[in-house]
Amino acid sequence: MQRRQFFKTGGVALMGAALLPQILESCGAGSKEGLAAMLDHFGVSQSDLKKVLAVALEKGAGYADLFFEHSFDNYLSLRDGAVNRAYANVDYGVGVRVVMGDQTGYAYVENISLNEMINAARTASRIASGSAPGAPANLTERTFDNNYPVIAPWEDVSVKAKMPYVQKLNDRIFALDSRVSKVSASLNDATSFVLICNSEGVLCADYRPMAILSASCVMEQNGKIENAYDSYAQRKGFEFLTDDIVENIAQGAVKKTAIMFEAVKPKGGELPVVMAAGGSGILLHEAIGHAFEADFNRKNVSIFSDKLGKVVCNENINVVDDGTIDHDRGSLNVDDEGVEGQKTYIVTKGVLTSYLHDRISARHYGVAPTGNGRRQSFRFAPIPRMRITYMENGNMEEQDIIAAVKNGIYAENFTNGQVQIGAGDFTFFVKSGYLIENGKLTQPIKDVNIIGNGPKALADITMVGNNCKIDTGAWTCGKNGQGAPVAQGLPSVLVKKLTVGGES
Amino acid sequence: MNYKELAKWAVQYALENGAQACRASLATGSSSEFEYRDTQLDKLQQAAENSLSITLHVNNRYGSYSTNRIDQRDLKQFIKKGIETTGYLAEDAARQLPDPARYYKGDGHDLGLVDEKFHSIAADDKLALAKAAVEEVYGSDPRIISVSGGFSDGESSSYLVDSNGFEGETKSTYYNLSASVSMKGKGDARPESYWYDVALQWDELQKSGVGKKALERTIRKLGQQKIKSGKYAMLVDNLNVRRILSPLVSAMYGAALQQKNSFLLDRLNTQIASARLTLTDDPHIPHAMGARWFDYEGVATVKRPVIEKGVLQTYFIDTYISRKMDIAPTISGPSILTFELGDKNFDQLTAAVKKGIWITGFNGGNSNSTTGDFSFGVEGFLIENGKVVKPVSEMNITGNLLTLWGGIAEIGNDPRLDASWRTPSILFDNVDFSGL
Repeated sequence: MQRRQFFKTGGVALMGAALLPQILESCGAGSKEGLAAMLDHFGVSQSDLKKVLAVALEKGAGYADLFFEHSFDNYLSLRDGAVNRAYANVDYGVGVRVVMGDQTGYAYVENISLNEMINAARTASRIASGSAPGAPANLTERTFDNNYPVIAPWEDVSVKAKMPYVQKLNDRIFALDSRVSKVSASLNDATSFVLICNSEGVLCADYRPMAILSASCVMEQNGKIENAYDSYAQRKGFEFLTDDIVENIAQGAVKKTAIMFEAVKPKGGELPVVMAAGGSGILLHEAIGHAFEADFNRKNVSIFSDKLGKVVCNENINVVDDGTIDHDRGSLNVDDEGVEGQKTYIVTKGVLTSYLHDRISARHYGVAPTGNGRRQSFRFAPIPRMRITYMENGNMEEQDIIAAVKNGIYAENFTNGQVQIGAGDFTFFVKSGYLIENGKLTQPIKDVNIIGNGPKALADITMVGNNCKIDTGAWTCGKNGQGAPVAQGLPSVLVKKLTVGGES
Repeated sequence: MNYKELAKWAVQYALENGAQACRASLATGSSSEFEYRDTQLDKLQQAAENSLSITLHVNNRYGSYSTNRIDQRDLKQFIKKGIETTGYLAEDAARQLPDPARYYKGDGHDLGLVDEKFHSIAADDKLALAKAAVEEVYGSDPRIISVSGGFSDGESSSYLVDSNGFEGETKSTYYNLSASVSMKGKGDARPESYWYDVALQWDELQKSGVGKKALERTIRKLGQQKIKSGKYAMLVDNLNVRRILSPLVSAMYGAALQQKNSFLLDRLNTQIASARLTLTDDPHIPHAMGARWFDYEGVATVKRPVIEKGVLQTYFIDTYISRKMDIAPTISGPSILTFELGDKNFDQLTAAVKKGIWITGFNGGNSNSTTGDFSFGVEGFLIENGKVVKPVSEMNITGNLLTLWGGIAEIGNDPRLDASWRTPSILFDNVDFSGL
């Protein structure tokens, strides 16, 4: 019910600080390489797959695919100085999707047997009502570049080996500042085995690692309490854990919390906003990223539905959605419908050059899919989703951008954002930043929401820095009740005018 | 082996293999979903699923594990691995199963959460509802771009058993019918709004009017604009009160308090809101969303005051936090929240506003859990001299939750009955709005 209501509000949201209850160790995961090993992993043969696909096309649909997934989530948590809680989840199943034009039939099963898969295919096939059955093409293996090779797979690593890093994170935070009174820290590692095949003959596999180390820190000063959070996420194995990342997170959490004591709420209203390099990519994610997802556009309900090929911002601006950055949280070797991971220019020299496509929208627009067809798990049909969304460098120094602002806001740390696709109104929550007064950063500020309108905000970007940074926090994007790991980045930019929350 | 036997076996197996205490929960569910868009079926989906969650207490250490591979052979390996993993952790003596005296004893009346007809409703009838919701309005206004109608339903059950002698089962069904309408607005804008109805019983589901209501709600917001920043009265309708109540309730949870991550720390039995606010956890209302006899630990729910005339009456303290903080346990969280109602309906509340903004939706924003400071994006309508004047959007409200809830002007008499938090519309004084 929640899922439905969430969807119906048109809400798409990005959560940074939310710690999803993710998670332990596998119980016999099998080999991580090779298609034969993956078929073996799921106990299916190529002829089984073809049989199921044939049933899926039985009622005349034009396309069908199968998405097998076995995932292991491990979660270790520290409270009050001790790593004293473990949580783990194992999820296993296959989703059968049948597509007829823009229409989708979907069913999934948790017990992967030929009978159950055929039943699911029959259910999903009902989206079509023709009489002439289609025939699946012969399956051919596809392989892709590996954007996230793993040195030490998580399924081979004991909790015992992971615990010291979480403990060290706690100890470093306490050591860095005497005002620290509570620390909660956690390590989340996840491993997914994925096998995809479709009626057009694609057959491929992917092995997807993910790791997140995070800490939340509470400090007390003169009877006041503040907290903040920092995290680091990568698609890596156990080699992810190093003393360096522990130190970075510890320093990040302490710095972000300490600034809160000095910070005030600014006076609200329309102001120029300088977005700091990095996590500020949330601006792109909310202001244009979602509205460029092609499902909204083929349905004609996005504020950018008529903008393909048109100028949408300054001609020096290029915006990319990329699935190929090494080990990045948002990277994908292959998307969840068997399309190769790739780099897609969505704004080129100020012109909207491509939407973000899944197979359905690509067919609708007569273009090649862009590798954005993603799903939370086998329980969901894929939809267009972002990967790593960022703006390429401009030519300005950040200090010159700040110097150009008389009275404005410098937005640096963020927790979450949201957008209304049709109206174009988007928001992001600024955990901390600074006032800009006469071209200089002055008073720290905190806890304000900023709201704007996508096309206007994009057109209002008048200066772009040369310091693009991809944020490495654990961002999870929510859409239609599905979570997906994403990343974003931005060089420092000036947005001429946004509405900043605050006191009047 | 049926599911109950499997869950009991899992507890026994854990005890035999090194755990001193254990709780298992077996959840099963099935669902279906139909979405109709404009002139055709857009999506159909059907599924059934099962999963086992198990919490293990091993030598004063604690871990919890879940899986949807519930074949007994797989589970043996899974449970053994969980015990081994738990054994590596640091000790945490506060982790215990509840005192059995606090368990629900199984003597309550049927809460009426299950529709016996669930399996006899034909798929075609469900699809027909989604289609009818679209057809109510599709083509009726040239500004309409797209109309979607959705029907979803599901049944779920959960069986809970532990090694301290608790055993209990919950079951429920639901039906949801929704519609959303997208229209041509000013410039490139395509404003959208929605409506829905949700019910536990098929016969109680409102089967028509959802499309029309979605269209009305979209039309009335056409021409939204940002208005001048300033202090306004804020009328939050009953659909949206949850957004500002939620951070207040979150601050009452033991997990937040124990981590000093709550602006309600040390505020028990003190005034935290206007004397107009009385909030009760009322868990046993028949046929009601959220009704339950016991919580995730098996602890019996009781009717309890949460806030009385603005004074905080309880925190939500489960067994673990109770031992950790050395305070008496209450319940892990509220079931059904009810308000003491005022005497005005929504129109009367509107009529009482001289200069204010009626909030019809929130857009992002967040609040600071240790200070209660908040800032949210909003949309709604300007009210002047008791009349709704024009739609507004792209604005923020900013303040502190204690000040906000301290400034209640009126509470409406229109609680939502289709949600576990039965929020009425509420009028607040003097809220900071940022716009032009």
